[in-house]
Amino acid sequence: MEATTLFDKIWDAHVVNIIEGGPSVLYIDRHFIHEVTSPVAFSGLEGRGLKVFRPQNTVATPDHNVPTIEQHLPIREELSRKQVETLTANCERHNIPLYGLSHKWHGIVHIIGPELGITQPGMTIVCGDSHTSTHGAFGSIAFGIGTSEVEMVFASQCILQPKPKKMRINVEGTLAKNVTSKDIALYVIAKISTSGGTGHFVEFAGSAIRSLSMEARMTLCNMSIECGARGGMIAPDETTFAYLKGREEAPKGAAWDQKLAEWKKLKTDDGAVFDTEYTYDAADISPMITYGTNPGMGVGVQGSIPTGDDLTGSDRATFLKSLEYMGFKPGEILKGKKIDYVFIGSCTNGRIEDFRLFAEYIKGKKKASWVTAWIVPGSKQVEQQIREEGLVEIMESAGFALRQPGCSACLAMNDDKVPEGKYAVSTSNRNFEGRQGPGARTMLASPLVAAAAAVSGFVSDPRE
Amino acid sequence: MGFTLTFFLYPLSFFNQINMIEKFNKIVSSAVPLPIENVDTDQIIPARFLKAVERKGFGDNLFRDWRYKKDGTPNPDFALNNPKYSGTILVAGKNFGSGSSREHAAWAVYDFGFRVVVSSFFADIFKGNVLNNGLLPVQVSEDFLTGMFEAIDKNPAASFEVDLQSQTIRNVSLSTEYKFDINPYKKECLLKGYDDIDYLLSLKKEIISFETAK
Ligand code: SF4
Repeated sequence: MEATTLFDKIWDAHVVNIIEGGPSVLYIDRHFIHEVTSPVAFSGLEGRGLKVFRPQNTVATPDHNVPTIEQHLPIREELSRKQVETLTANCERHNIPLYGLSHKWHGIVHIIGPELGITQPGMTIVCGDSHTSTHGAFGSIAFGIGTSEVEMVFASQCILQPKPKKMRINVEGTLAKNVTSKDIALYVIAKISTSGGTGHFVEFAGSAIRSLSMEARMTLCNMSIECGARGGMIAPDETTFAYLKGREEAPKGAAWDQKLAEWKKLKTDDGAVFDTEYTYDAADISPMITYGTNPGMGVGVQGSIPTGDDLTGSDRATFLKSLEYMGFKPGEILKGKKIDYVFIGSCTNGRIEDFRLFAEYIKGKKKASWVTAWIVPGSKQVEQQIREEGLVEIMESAGFALRQPGCSACLAMNDDKVPEGKYAVSTSNRNFEGRQGPGARTMLASPLVAAAAAVSGFVSDPRE
Repeated sequence: MGFTLTFFLYPLSFFNQINMIEKFNKIVSSAVPLPIENVDTDQIIPARFLKAVERKGFGDNLFRDWRYKKDGTPNPDFALNNPKYSGTILVAGKNFGSGSSREHAAWAVYDFGFRVVVSSFFADIFKGNVLNNGLLPVQVSEDFLTGMFEAIDKNPAASFEVDLQSQTIRNVSLSTEYKFDINPYKKECLLKGYDDIDYLLSLKKEIISFETAK
């Protein structure tokens, strides 16, 4: 039999039809929805006089717009409230399970799927949100879609997709202490650029990847979209199975054994061919931080901003425009730059492990007086775990306050906006102009680098 | 997970019954230049303007933070505010539309009045989104793109011809032409104004038997 990739195995098993010379009709196992990209899809569907075809395969949660304090009160901002209310009404009308603000399982869509065991190996998963790639950490094909495609899935549980090319990124060896999977992500994107993965689906492999926890794998797959790829995935293994076992929606009893046997077959065969392949040495990766306005503009926290001398034409103009926005100069050293805001959270780094890392670092230290910190759990369950593990006390005695779950400053649709010109060290995934508020200057980093910045008030190396 | 692949040819009679997106055929127009690379969807339409629950009206906030100054007045340096530029073709630097999956970005470009976006490279999700909204993404070579920027620079009214049927874009002033790629299925959809959802609905039987066999 021909050697095939993990991606091919899952994709091929979900093809209902292939249009000649066109895309495949791909069956979707799980469809996550939220308040921002679903309303137009619902109205389109209803305009055609249709109901959601498979509501039981759909899961909804409001996350993008929600406030991160006083969630028991009605949302103050009218348009945000309207979107959340529209989602609730649409879910009721179409019998879709909704984990709303008051629900004990509420949270960011890409956090709650995995933690409830909804996300499982071998599945196809879509959501009207590009960071759907997160779910690939379980060995599933998961990717973000547009609203027209959300409507397609509502109507038929399928979408039309051309089959992407395949890329494998191997990271071999052992990560140094205090280097996290966020640093792997920023390192890889800096190497291959924000468009290096375009047209591809990425499989992450290699000994350094195997040794990562599920939380860390999710961080990495989450960021795979930032290199332009449709998504990223990691073959399921004992770490995956141990994480899933016993979760709410995970199979139980005999069904578990049967699924487990299937899941164990989900790996790339020896000799399978990828369109593109890269290999990196884990030992070369250090804690990273970004200096520009796309996630590919990252360097080691001890490093300096490139001079850009090797760039010409529009590449150079784009580089300089980006630095001007950030208020940086070519060749400058980042360490020691004064910062104003720190954000710990998002579907990239809003899981329990991220808050443990953060708490461990700040324990016994104090937040810099001029820094505003938003510590935002990815879900209610994460929030509860933070409390149970006593991390809140550690945070509070260091001068930090825990907020309530949501996307928050990741995209600043709610009130958590970084003011114009201010510097934020953020554990989220995008440092685009204005992403964290008009004029906000975002530096992406791991929870550890963010913790070090929060305590010192400057860009710092957590290893020092 | 046993199943068989069936190849399906779309019956033309079916296409005749539906017409959801605006048909696209040929456009001759001047173009608006945006010679910036890596324009992400947060620039095309910032998140704070994603709060509507319908598809219309996003054009007002297209490129909002570049188009308007802090005090809300139009930024005269930005191409969209420059009266010398007009037309239904937007020409942008490479890697256009990276970032978020928000289809609002495609809606905003369309709602503003553009029908073609030209770049030397498009992000995947954005490309899919524009195609689903009757907007044509035309991917050209770096050289051809540079030629377009130069032609507009010399004469802001410089005209370009985009013909979907022959898959060509013509830089009239330089007399150069580029043959662009497009998926044949998507081309058919655009030419005829077909809609993916009606096609998927026509497959209901296959989908249900796929589910049963799974
Ligand atoms: S946390 Fe950020 S990236 Fe993740 S779903 Fe929310 S807005 Fe999107």
